[in-house]
Amino acid sequence: MADQAAPQTALLAGVPGRSRAWMIWLAATAALALVAPHLLASGFGISLLNRMAIAIVFALSFNMLLGQGGMLDFGHAVFFGLGGFATMHLLKLADAGIFLPVPLLPLAGALGGLVSAVPAGWVATRREGTSFAMVTLGIAELAVAFVVMLPQWFGGEEGVSGDRSAEPALFGFDFGAALQIYYVIAAWALLAAVLMWAITRTPLGRLTNAVRDNPLRVDFLGYDPARIRFLCFALAGLFAGVAGGMQALNDEIVTVSNIGSAASGAVLLMTYIGGVGTFWGPVLGAIVVTLLQMALGTLTDAWQLYSGLLFVFMVLWAPGGLSGIILSHAPLLRAGLGHRLLARYLAVVPAALLTLAGLIGLAEMAYRLQAVRSGGAPGRLFGFAVMPTDPVAWVAPTLLLLGGLLALRSLAPRARAAWQEAHTLLARGTPR
Amino acid sequence: MEGLLLVLLNGLVYGLLLFMLSSGLTLIVGMMGVLNFAHASFYMLGAYFAYTISVGLGFWPALIIAPLLVGGLGALVERYGLRAVHRHGKLAELLFTVGLAFVIGEIVPLIWGRPAVPYRVPAVLDFPAFALGGINYQAYRLFMMGVSVAIFAGLYAALARTRLGLVIRAALTHPEMVGMLGHNVPRVFTLVFGAGCALAGLAGVIGGNVFTTSPGMAEALGAIVFAVVIMGGLGSIPGALLASLAIGFIQTASVTLDTPLGVLLGRLGMAVDPHGALAEITIARAAPAVPYLLLVLVLVVHPRGLMGARAD
Amino acid sequence: MPKIAAHLRGRSWLVVKFLAAPVFAGLLFAATHAAAAEVVQIAYIDPLSGPFASTGQLGEEHLRFAIDRVNAAEAAGPGRRFELVAMDNEVNPEKSLTLLRKAIDGGIHYITQGNGSSVAFALSDAVAKNNRRDPTHAVVYLNYAAVDPGLTNGKCNWWHFRFDADSDMKMKALASYLVGRADIHKVYIFNPDYSFGQSVEKAAIAMIGNQRPDLTIVGAERVPLGKVTDFTPYIAKMRAVGADAVVTGNWGADLTLLVKAAADTGFNATFFTYYLGARETVQAVGMAGKGDAQISEWHENVDAPAIDKMAAAFNAKYHENFYYWRVVDMIDTLAAAMKEAGSTDPLKVSRVLSGMKFSTPLGAEEIRADNHQLLQPMYISVLAPDMPHMFPGVPLGFKTIKRFDAEATRLPTTCSLKAPD
Repeated sequence: MADQAAPQTALLAGVPGRSRAWMIWLAATAALALVAPHLLASGFGISLLNRMAIAIVFALSFNMLLGQGGMLDFGHAVFFGLGGFATMHLLKLADAGIFLPVPLLPLAGALGGLVSAVPAGWVATRREGTSFAMVTLGIAELAVAFVVMLPQWFGGEEGVSGDRSAEPALFGFDFGAALQIYYVIAAWALLAAVLMWAITRTPLGRLTNAVRDNPLRVDFLGYDPARIRFLCFALAGLFAGVAGGMQALNDEIVTVSNIGSAASGAVLLMTYIGGVGTFWGPVLGAIVVTLLQMALGTLTDAWQLYSGLLFVFMVLWAPGGLSGIILSHAPLLRAGLGHRLLARYLAVVPAALLTLAGLIGLAEMAYRLQAVRSGGAPGRLFGFAVMPTDPVAWVAPTLLLLGGLLALRSLAPRARAAWQEAHTLLARGTPR
Repeated sequence: MEGLLLVLLNGLVYGLLLFMLSSGLTLIVGMMGVLNFAHASFYMLGAYFAYTISVGLGFWPALIIAPLLVGGLGALVERYGLRAVHRHGKLAELLFTVGLAFVIGEIVPLIWGRPAVPYRVPAVLDFPAFALGGINYQAYRLFMMGVSVAIFAGLYAALARTRLGLVIRAALTHPEMVGMLGHNVPRVFTLVFGAGCALAGLAGVIGGNVFTTSPGMAEALGAIVFAVVIMGGLGSIPGALLASLAIGFIQTASVTLDTPLGVLLGRLGMAVDPHGALAEITIARAAPAVPYLLLVLVLVVHPRGLMGARAD
Repeated sequence: MPKIAAHLRGRSWLVVKFLAAPVFAGLLFAATHAAAAEVVQIAYIDPLSGPFASTGQLGEEHLRFAIDRVNAAEAAGPGRRFELVAMDNEVNPEKSLTLLRKAIDGGIHYITQGNGSSVAFALSDAVAKNNRRDPTHAVVYLNYAAVDPGLTNGKCNWWHFRFDADSDMKMKALASYLVGRADIHKVYIFNPDYSFGQSVEKAAIAMIGNQRPDLTIVGAERVPLGKVTDFTPYIAKMRAVGADAVVTGNWGADLTLLVKAAADTGFNATFFTYYLGARETVQAVGMAGKGDAQISEWHENVDAPAIDKMAAAFNAKYHENFYYWRVVDMIDTLAAAMKEAGSTDPLKVSRVLSGMKFSTPLGAEEIRADNHQLLQPMYISVLAPDMPHMFPGVPLGFKTIKRFDAEATRLPTTCSLKAPD
């Protein structure tokens, strides 16, 4: 990531100068959050927005560790899940008649996340790098094992459920309706995101970056790197707990699967695809991955394969994630160097599409072959009736894939060269 | 007495099995510093290749050919994937293997179908070799233990005693120097990764028929191999053996203990509600969590693992 | 702010596009079929990818088979057709809830699910809340395999109908057979460590302990699902206490590894199981499985020619063994209820289903009005040689030892349901 670090820091350094930019972004995001459910006007759309909001907070909290602190946490869902359980237990108390305003319950999630992150962090943050990651893996496995063994507290397989609308209405809202809970969740997401952004501006946030980049030097400056890692870990746990609390309100149920390795893996996927190098990268990743999970799955059986391939592709060719791609082009566009890239980039598009079509064709054929073998119908692919048992049907996608790859092999380096050239020009300060 | 002997024997069997399952990962972590999350996927591929080969040629050819195939695949992955992400750092390498595991996990059921395949223990080894306390021990189990010991001896000797081992170890710590001495460092890494995958494949060939060969087997192997490798000290081969045996003995012993955790904690001076949730969990019920408890404890007390040289 | 506006547009457009595609396809379908028939969509929310996909796929095939039968016979009423909408939940409760939302939005009023009690509890709870908050989009939840007794006891609700016997009902049958076996004296209870396993253990202790002076429970153990690689130490423990019978609710790979470890170590206690019937498990244990027992609502060697014909047709079409008779039973019952109600309205149909009595090739059945649990005949069967239907590669097949009438499986419930207004 070294080659991309420079433009990024430059950009970040520029932010305080444009002091009002963040307010505009905030206002725009808030306005978007306000109108989004009305644009979609469907229960599923709102449910999707809720999931995105939860995923955004979760991914941002994860990136406090990975992006800002250089700590890979394999068990981040533990704090998410325990925050969810804490919220749910309070919701049940509220159901039982104790006065607790429903919209404030994610605070319990924050507390649950923090309280569980403190002992875990105490153990894990004494290490760094791979050892840290591995300790979190061990802690995650332990946490899951014990949560499953304690059905009295965590409800076992069935989880713990409550009813957010059972309480007396608050200012006329009972929070049963999807739209009402959406606004609660959106408000929490905005608040949590702003707080996490603010933390990156504090001395602790800066020190966390320093510990990531050069712990030895931080040590010399008189700060204990392990202590800083611990504080960062505890805060990340707190915000993961908030996300868990939001989810508890949304689903009205929390189960063991919220704690497990699949949930921890999903947040890693989102954060990485969005890009760990920026604050807002994980936001992008959370949105894209949530869409993929919910929408792609209904379009094709092969969606898990596509997600895996996308992930491998990102790691291989775009390690800065989506935000890395955007960041490496934004200064070029601003400097008016876009035209130097456009032609070369456009030349790559057909080749990329060809490759993609070939790949999708092959994958869909393979999945349909399986479906046909077990008595299903092959269905249509790109509007063509296909018969996957016929070897001839496999020729077309194979040719597409090979042709696309060949074309990419000659065109992609040229696009990359154009990109590098533009950056060289930018560095020299060529006219805008 | 017989009970203790049984625990020791079962612990040894399980410990050696764990070592066999994790030896390939130990090699890759130790020599390349890459936490290969696709290890379990290569293990699964080994089992499936062995199944397909054993249908046509029988078990013994599969024992040789399947690990070689998996090793070759691993070498290709290193050459065309891992090497490209190497410059993006450790995290990118690790994530690449995560993605790879994902993709292999989807492709395997496409080829071999979703249900388990009938991969069987070879008939020549499918008989009880001896019995202890009324429990028969299959000859195949002994064979498995033998292979595990052979892997340990072979790896240890190859790395500590041969010139190639010296080059490999030096390539990890001083790649430039080794390169200048005329060794092809990237090729060394390809070789190591291929060898590690081949060992994973071998574990699949031997483990796939004792357990089940199904698309879920990679996930079922789970985090336990990582626990072994980390506890042993990130790539130390004797360390991994020690960790495997420790986990094997302690987990097997805890299975036999029906003392509630609450009583145990009480003895340690902690106040536990005798009718509370913790009081109901017996040590035996918690046994499968033992490796992870051990892992966390070892790392708290001794950050480098049991026999690790490095702490990164 | 042109940039932000573009960003905005881009994002919401993406959302709209993703959302619109299935809706559009649905509209298109509805437009082409509306004239010909009234289509009742049934959402199938179960794992279709990941480690549990093979179970989910089996369920889907049985549902398609059952739906084809109903449509061919117009059993749900003239011109009324069923259509399956498969949704992949990866056995994840949260994802299942979002899919439920999607189904409700798509105008679907009937959902079915079976794998994982965690998903079942989440869906049952969410369906009840949805139907209370938004009665025009009410949903009926047909459960074909999640057997946690809580679903028809403490956490029951009007909209959940279960077509599989719950784990307590199965234990009652299994225990009555076990207690009657004079050759069994020491029972070991072995289960997966989650709510299902816990309720099996509780029921087993209550129904087997203190039934016969020479029958004792010598151990009760629970292990985490899918975490144990080597079951030999557990077998050694069973052996050490002299167990001659093992009662287990384990399933899938865990059960396969358990019975295989028993066979390999020469431990020949009889296994009393819930889920022995899987082909993989029987093939793994081989001839050592002879005499092991299972409880089920049907097996291949039950004498019911009508179902045999179905099984043969299913096998010919899907190249897989017919397994879920109850799925066919469930879809047939739904169709009959719709026909009787003369409507597809979920409330009207659920009123017919509640307390419905009918007969199948296996005998009389009833959906209890108090908790919406189907009472159906149950069979205890053991693996035996020389049966008409046997497993491929293993010359063993299930042989009925004992049959229970539907009424004999009735258990007390803490639930008493009343139709919503």
